[in-house]
Amino acid sequence: MKTSNPRAWFLVLPVILLVAFNALIPLMTVVNYSVQETFGDNLFFWHGIGWFQDVLGSERFHAALGRQFLFTGIILAIEVPLGVAIALSMPRSGPWVPICLILMAMPLLIPWNVVGAMWNIFTLPDIGLLGYTLNSILGIEYNMTQSPLAAWITIVAMDVWHWTSLVVLLAYAGLVSIPDAYYQAAKIDGASKFAVFRHIQLPKMKKVLTIAILLRFMDSFMIYTEPFVLTGGGPGNSTTLLSIDLVKVALGQFDLGPAAAMSLIYFAITLLVSWAFYTAMTKDDQN
Amino acid sequence: MARITLNNIRHSYLPNPKSDDDYALQRVHLDWDDGGAYALLGPSGCGKTTLLNIISGLLTPSEGQLLFDDQEMTSLEPDARNIAQVFQFPVIYDTMTVRENLSFPLRNRGVDEAAIATRVAEIATMLELDSMLDKKAAGLTPDNKQKISLGRGLVRDDVNVIMFDEPLTVIDPHLKWKLRSKLKELHQKVKRTMIYVTHDQTEALTFADQVVVMNFGQVLQVGTPIELFERPAHTFVGHFIGSPGMNVVPASVVDGQVQVAGQVIDTASDLTNLRQGSVEVGVRPEFVRFADAGIAGTVETVMDVGRHTVVKVRLEGIEQIINAIVDEGDSIPDGPVHLQFDAAQTRLYEDGWVVAETQG
Repeated sequence: MKTSNPRAWFLVLPVILLVAFNALIPLMTVVNYSVQETFGDNLFFWHGIGWFQDVLGSERFHAALGRQFLFTGIILAIEVPLGVAIALSMPRSGPWVPICLILMAMPLLIPWNVVGAMWNIFTLPDIGLLGYTLNSILGIEYNMTQSPLAAWITIVAMDVWHWTSLVVLLAYAGLVSIPDAYYQAAKIDGASKFAVFRHIQLPKMKKVLTIAILLRFMDSFMIYTEPFVLTGGGPGNSTTLLSIDLVKVALGQFDLGPAAAMSLIYFAITLLVSWAFYTAMTKDDQN
Repeated sequence: MARITLNNIRHSYLPNPKSDDDYALQRVHLDWDDGGAYALLGPSGCGKTTLLNIISGLLTPSEGQLLFDDQEMTSLEPDARNIAQVFQFPVIYDTMTVRENLSFPLRNRGVDEAAIATRVAEIATMLELDSMLDKKAAGLTPDNKQKISLGRGLVRDDVNVIMFDEPLTVIDPHLKWKLRSKLKELHQKVKRTMIYVTHDQTEALTFADQVVVMNFGQVLQVGTPIELFERPAHTFVGHFIGSPGMNVVPASVVDGQVQVAGQVIDTASDLTNLRQGSVEVGVRPEFVRFADAGIAGTVETVMDVGRHTVVKVRLEGIEQIINAIVDEGDSIPDGPVHLQFDAAQTRLYEDGWVVAETQG
């Protein structure tokens, strides 16, 4: 027989407090700002959904959001296939395994702002290894402080360099968990290399790749430090991604209301895309 | 379709094997007829999977030759050997339907679609998979998945041999029996050579015409289930097969007579050519009788296992337990007893191997 004791709810209290202090309350202050207007002196006035309407209608926001989706789209389109390809070519056993894994993990261990600084110096046209080689030796004009295209290529290359490893490690984990019998059966069935990839490796990697894509989507969609250190959002606004724009609004212009509204919209988009993607990928598993 | 010959095959997983201990598979020489049902039986680590992998081509033996008919196969790739294998865990292509799974080996070999359709339909009927042909294979039960793995081997009508590597491991007990009889029935229908690897004596004995018993990387005996039961060539075979297995008791040979626990007993063995090795007497529990005189012991436990009763007797003097089987309805003794062994079914073993029987 089940007995009910309402005091049991007290047992959940520690978790509620923890979640409240590290997530709900900070988020609520943002919600609070997003519906109010202030002229300083800690005086606030009710502004309703005005800021949300402003942000959603603003061309500046549309442009930053467009750049953000473009950036995330490009890096996912490069990192996921590249990561899978590298994982497929890594040895499954032997002394090279730890060496490969360490080499792969290295970029992941470097702090974001250091990555930005490294690539900044790397690409300087006068002293940077890459910048100097391209400009002075190969004669290709490359200056990311002047050319938006060069700036874009640089931030994409930097992100690919920094994060492809994550996809590699996850895909590799998926690959090594495939029992040998599958490969043996495929050999006996006379399957081609592509058929093995299509019908064994890819399906068995589906779960880890879902996680990899989700993580790379969220991280790249919220990327701030590296492009900020590298290009500062320039030249002009050409690499001003959403988070860089948000910081400009919130801290540069000190427009708390619009910044708060923008934060919430940003958060909602990230959440929505992640949820839609995850639901679509796991739909098959439920039936 | 082929006769399979293992010609002095030996295998070591080490690059430079030195002593016999370095070999996972000791020298093996076997001939298997086309269309036979064979079983490789032995405990884990006895070398049976190594032997199987050598036949399927997943391993190249360190020494020796593998022949299908008279064709050398020793170092050919698995897909060049025309074999099929059913693994311990069902291996199916998750993204495909049952029909696509069954068609896959034929498609890879460029068979035309019409021929594939007829063949798949035929095999599906044989395996009772017709009703689920268009379902995704991933959602099926383990026994049906195993049938698909088997089906992928059966659709090719030119396979030399179908191998089973402990195929019932993940099958529910009540379905094991069903699938086992299905396999037997299939073998009779398709007359393909089948090799069944298992550590389960029931599976091996019910499936195979010829059972190869292995241990320590060695083939201990090849024989029909009856032969293995009645004339174990090695104490291990006697012990491993049967429920409970053969009793193996330390013995000695004094003045041309076999003695167990100080009692002289009669055996079927010829004692003229003994080599001074350590000797033991082997007798199955079925051939141990209770009598008024004979080897003395005390009844320890009595287990009713349904059709008969197993009585454990501790022998006096040598602290050895002997199992005796008492048929249903016969009286079960208690306390101090005397045992007699059926001489025709009692054999002497020297260093584990059976001593030849007296002629005539």
